Amino acid sequence: MKHAFSLFAVLAGLWILLSGEFQTLLLVLGVISAAGVCWLALRMDAKDGEYPVVNVRLLRLGRYWLWLIKEIVKANINVTREILRPELRLSPSIFRVPADGLSELGQVTYANSITLTPGTVSINIKDRHIEVHALIQPAADDLQRGEMVRRLRRLEPN
Amino acid sequence: MQLLLDAISWICLLSGGFFVVAGGIGLLRFPDFFTRLHAASVTDTLGTGLILLGLMLQSGFSQASVKLILILVFLFFSSPTAAHALAKAALHGKLVPFVKR
Repeated sequence: MKHAFSLFAVLAGLWILLSGEFQTLLLVLGVISAAGVCWLALRMDAKDGEYPVVNVRLLRLGRYWLWLIKEIVKANINVTREILRPELRLSPSIFRVPADGLSELGQVTYANSITLTPGTVSINIKDRHIEVHALIQPAADDLQRGEMVRRLRRLEPN
Repeated sequence: MQLLLDAISWICLLSGGFFVVAGGIGLLRFPDFFTRLHAASVTDTLGTGLILLGLMLQSGFSQASVKLILILVFLFFSSPTAAHALAKAALHGKLVPFVKR
């Protein structure tokens, strides 16, 4: 129930932010749709069980995102160079990287970050390992050095 | 000042367009499904990211910028999820990745 109230607050805020209108009709419609979504979410919770508590350190998350954006830009330039090379010189490979020491949310963030970085795509999560398909050897080496998972471990609460 | 903002914004828009086109070229040139996925992610990340950044510089501190930021955030969560779903479905469908040893 507590989670439904915070969801309602977020949805109402989002509605005002996106519409930017303060006419009574529009505000009433916003309250109705936010309440409707909360009702649906509550019904789904009854089936799915407890909503997972998202517990991250925001400041560190911001720092991680900045680092990730830097890595994404570098990886994009590398992959674009491969695309525009007159003769393709790809070295695709599949390998597994360990994801231990990460919570469920941490593993999802790890897999998402891998896929978000061009040159590497996570294709499966199996017993605390992530299976990765890499386009070129440097991208694979970068990931296997484990810088990303080290930074993610620092985000874990406790 | 306005001129400077315009210049930076146009640099972002043009380079964003360049990366979108590069992703498209990669999609056509790469040999198999899995390698093509990598080319598409160039379009998804830096291409759209730079275009949205350029548009934000054009609209300044306004409601439009807030919406552009939200688009960027949603895209950065949904596009890897979609790419992962595609890759997993391909693997599940017994598509064998082309791997160089």
